[in-house]
Amino acid sequence: MNRLRANSLLRMLLIAMLALGGLAHAQAIEPLPFESHAQELRFQKLTHELRCPMCQNETLADSNAPIARDLRKQIFRMMQAGKSDAEIKQYLVARYSEFVLYDPPLTAGTALLWFGPLLILLGGAGVVLVAIRRRSRGGRGAAGPTIDPGDDW
Amino acid sequence: MSRLWPFVGFMLLVGLFGFGIWWNTQHDPNAIPTPLLDKPAPPFDLPKLYEPDQQVSKADLLGKPYLLNVFASWCIECGVEHPVWTREAPTLGVALIGYNYKDEPDDAKNWLDRHGDPYALVIADLPGQTAIDFGVYGAPESFLVDAKGVIRFKHIGPVTPEVMERQLKPAIAAMLKETP
Repeated sequence: MNRLRANSLLRMLLIAMLALGGLAHAQAIEPLPFESHAQELRFQKLTHELRCPMCQNETLADSNAPIARDLRKQIFRMMQAGKSDAEIKQYLVARYSEFVLYDPPLTAGTALLWFGPLLILLGGAGVVLVAIRRRSRGGRGAAGPTIDPGDDW
Repeated sequence: MSRLWPFVGFMLLVGLFGFGIWWNTQHDPNAIPTPLLDKPAPPFDLPKLYEPDQQVSKADLLGKPYLLNVFASWCIECGVEHPVWTREAPTLGVALIGYNYKDEPDDAKNWLDRHGDPYALVIADLPGQTAIDFGVYGAPESFLVDAKGVIRFKHIGPVTPEVMERQLKPAIAAMLKETP
């Protein structure tokens, strides 16, 4: 009986949380008078590719920070004025640096970002290769007895 | 020797993470680089906070260096740095200009009444439109602008006594030496 009540309470809490979560999300997107559905889609795509400078793990589309709201309005205004996506990105980069781009261009400063994972992968492959070769070469009774089975992974 | 490698690897990781922690105590992880450094400050034309019918433009401020401090009554960290401004403003060597950012004028005036007003002039940007041109994304932020209207230094976040001594004052001294 008690468990049943706890269960229904939990369910209600979950529903409330989901509803509130949806509300918070809806709040971030204020209605803008788009000319067409295509323009709205373009706006959504563009704002999802840009990072909010204030809360840096959110896109401009998702963030509820005041600056994100202002920048969304600015992007909308620029779209109405007939600016292209590239021009809008250029406008933001000139003010907030390439930091606002979720897909940073390949430059000397971002080379590590682009090729770092590849370097780590190659390094790991190198270590594995060396280990395999060493094991297959000197494994059989060459140097001392193998009395350490726990190390053998 | 081969049994030492895991330990060596572990120590390398310790070193790396330790460096990361140290780095974050020295740098604001949320600060983003400003592309505006050593470039002309964007043009602006904003009303004064205390005389809203009077506008101040970038051209009006040319000829003398100034420090533009972005603040707002809603900004908690502005209260943290404010005592530094009230103490240091008279001896900075440049005019301290307040940039009231996305703030109701009455709130801003009340806030300045309570915390003290170190500013030679306060301009108000209620819609926050001009601030976008400055690359402002929050408050506090501070810009050092020289007599020719070029941004020479920018600090994001509160100017603590340490930032004041180690970064801002040297930047002002270097600027005044070059273009008095």
